[in-house]
Amino acid sequence: MMSNFRSVFLVPIVLLFLSVPLAHSAPNVTRTVLKNGLSVVLIEEPKAPVVTFQVWYKVGSRNERIGKTGLSHLLEHMMFKGTTMNGKGEFSRTVAKNGGTENAFTGNDYTAYFENFASDRIDLSLELESDRMVNLLIDTAEFGLESEVVKEERRSRTDDDPYSALVETLYATAFLVHPYHNPVIGWMDDLNNLSREDAYQHYKQYYQPNNATVVIVGDFKSATLLPKVIARFETIPKGADLNTRTPIEPPQIGERRVIVKREAQLPAIFMGFHAPNYKNPDTYPLSVLASILSSGKSSRLYKTLVYQQQLALDAGGQYEDLTTDNELFYFYGTPRPGITLEAVEAALNAEIKRLQSEKVADAELTKVKNQIEASFVFGADSNFARAMQIGRAETVGAGYDYLIAYLSNIRSVTADDIQRVAQKYLIEDQKTVGILIPKPKEF
Amino acid sequence: MRFQSPQWPSHYLLAFLFIFIGSQSAFAEIKPKQIVMKNGLTLLLIERHSLPIVSVEVLIKSGSANDPADLSGVANLTASLLDEGTQKRSSTQMAEEIDFIGASLSAGANLDYTAVNLRVLKKDIDLGFDILSDALLNPLFDAKEIERVRRLILGSILSEKDEPTTIASRAFDNIVFANHPYQNPVIGLEASVQKMSRDDIVSFYQKHYLPKNALFSIVGDITEKETIALVKKYFAGWKGSSPIARKVISLKAQPRKTQLIDKDLTQTTVLMGHLGISRKNPDFYPVIVMNYILGGGGFSSRLLTHIRDNKGLVYSAHSSFNANSQQGSFEISLQTKPSNTNEAITATLQEINQILKEGVSETELAEAKAYMIGSFPLRLETTGKLAGLLSKVGFHKLGLQYFTDYPKHIEKVTREDILRVAKAYLKPNQMTLVVVGNLAEAKVKELP
Repeated sequence: MMSNFRSVFLVPIVLLFLSVPLAHSAPNVTRTVLKNGLSVVLIEEPKAPVVTFQVWYKVGSRNERIGKTGLSHLLEHMMFKGTTMNGKGEFSRTVAKNGGTENAFTGNDYTAYFENFASDRIDLSLELESDRMVNLLIDTAEFGLESEVVKEERRSRTDDDPYSALVETLYATAFLVHPYHNPVIGWMDDLNNLSREDAYQHYKQYYQPNNATVVIVGDFKSATLLPKVIARFETIPKGADLNTRTPIEPPQIGERRVIVKREAQLPAIFMGFHAPNYKNPDTYPLSVLASILSSGKSSRLYKTLVYQQQLALDAGGQYEDLTTDNELFYFYGTPRPGITLEAVEAALNAEIKRLQSEKVADAELTKVKNQIEASFVFGADSNFARAMQIGRAETVGAGYDYLIAYLSNIRSVTADDIQRVAQKYLIEDQKTVGILIPKPKEF
Repeated sequence: MRFQSPQWPSHYLLAFLFIFIGSQSAFAEIKPKQIVMKNGLTLLLIERHSLPIVSVEVLIKSGSANDPADLSGVANLTASLLDEGTQKRSSTQMAEEIDFIGASLSAGANLDYTAVNLRVLKKDIDLGFDILSDALLNPLFDAKEIERVRRLILGSILSEKDEPTTIASRAFDNIVFANHPYQNPVIGLEASVQKMSRDDIVSFYQKHYLPKNALFSIVGDITEKETIALVKKYFAGWKGSSPIARKVISLKAQPRKTQLIDKDLTQTTVLMGHLGISRKNPDFYPVIVMNYILGGGGFSSRLLTHIRDNKGLVYSAHSSFNANSQQGSFEISLQTKPSNTNEAITATLQEINQILKEGVSETELAEAKAYMIGSFPLRLETTGKLAGLLSKVGFHKLGLQYFTDYPKHIEKVTREDILRVAKAYLKPNQMTLVVVGNLAEAKVKELP
């Protein structure tokens, strides 16, 4: 199962693309909340005879505390290990032999499960997902084995990847108190010490219909499908209200700088600035700003750092609006061989300064808005991407309405807005810098 | 996954039987049209009018296997320079124009061919074709741009040395494809990329970027008439002789080797295998079904069931037959902590020997076929995916009936076929083994 953590560095284009809401103007949208609090969003999309089913739980590393990090992600793995109805492995086997693909992913704010099927198979998702929403068994021996699998996952994704290791350290530095401090996959020492009881308690606490959203997009009729969703899910009793308190991050009062030294071929730099999420209308100019910096070969960071000055192999800026709490707007760059980190850092700072001192020209602003609108149309080609956008918006609290209004809010962004948010958020006292320094091979 | 129940609950059985009816009708809708233009250019078209978008893949039937012996990486460098300046547009102008309409244009080589991809909104299709044709027909290969892109590629070659799976692949390909162009990485070698001249690039371009060596796959909101008009307008001037066929060097099974590469990592990366099959091999379908069961797909494969779920040794373990225009590799890759390395290798060999000796059960075969047929529509969902697949169909000459034939080919595979192809194409005694990681801790044993 994949863990979706902040390895934005490796896949900036994909994430940028996903950060643009997809066509939601489809007429055949059904939204409802069942009696037990489960949110359901159905979108009829008859273009191809396929369907995607997703269930999103409002639980992720944000809900974890020091000593128990990695619990949400490990529980995600255990969700494939058997229920009172289906034995170990039956879930995946059943999906596969019906021509489906399935997987799951965990983030800071969510844990989500999905199946993609030919559209006549959708009943299976309803049956299997309603079953594991309430009937999960966590066998102690299986839990022990899967902990080992997750430790292997951590080794390959984080410990043996210089950039992931750097990003992990950067977040742990930028967030002192808020749980965004912790990696989604968990710290290794916590993975060594989590117990079956921890996982089961986590499951009982968070896997409740009133803490989940079901999203289905594809070739079906909602009038037929909704009663089936109700029949399968509404019998699950509503859980207790979740009154968990999330620690509040104190304001940052000065630049922080952290160094990671390890075997690597090239150095790298990341700079993160505390930035607001979807709850603040500044989110729209910040999204446009991220596109100005990184969308396509004519974007500013590529054009300046990679093309003209030839300082970096890669450079970008990244912002995610759909997070439960405020996250980071961040920049990254990898110096080309022979170029110093200092030169790349200075070039990134110069680009930030330019955003603060000069207004973006009309043509550039139009270009970026065109790119965002086009991504909107291209994104509608994939049921999975659409469902993912909706699931995420619902889970972090932005809701479907945020997506509906998104494009018109983007269209109203002005050059003044962009300059204002650059001046307000991209400031030195709010900055955490992480640098990777290659260390010669030791043995 | 991981747990093979001897019996299916009856409602699943019913569901399984039903699948062919539902899915066959979906395949039947996909019938590409083929059009051959006067200059020899072949077009494959699938109309899809549900969204106002068009995806185009232009395939040039030459890849890194066409790199001259000492110029590994020239196909890749040539492709990388297509959008870096033409007779009509500078590199910057082209980037601005593409971004202004929210389109994307990319180009890259693989072993056998080069693909240039355009994704554009229907309303901007004319400009999209204009830019596509400019990139393909008029690249300047300006000396400054060559130097700049060369440096980027050299940087990538360097940073690949931080990726254990890439390090392992490079070593593995070098052994298994020895004395054949497939042994070299598509991106090239440091020394060959360093010395490549502008003439080398221009010569590669002139030999291979010819209309008779190209194949257009177009999917989306566009009619046959519109397609022909656009291709006439932007590609009629593309002239050239017939391409000279690649000198085919036959592949021979190489003596097995073990290569251990020391690196300070918390996991060892294991890659083992040998020469596999070509896409033309008549056993292609039984081989991919067998591989799905062994370790090719999903969470229910034997490898994942036994090595991951029952032993907790790995996060991922995967087997593949990479069928190219000539024989590709059969390979199994996995990553584990150093102290588990030998156990994971032994367990993998056991799975190979098991399938060789006993083949697969009726249930396993039925489930594998149901997956491969039932999930086929998922591979055709988006215009981009469909254009990519159509392009491969054209390149390997699989026929315009491919989309209806695929499920039939899978359906025909029998248990006897699986056992036969296992014996023909799995050779546990000829396995090359590459391990990257902390060797002092891993203490890797030679294969039996």
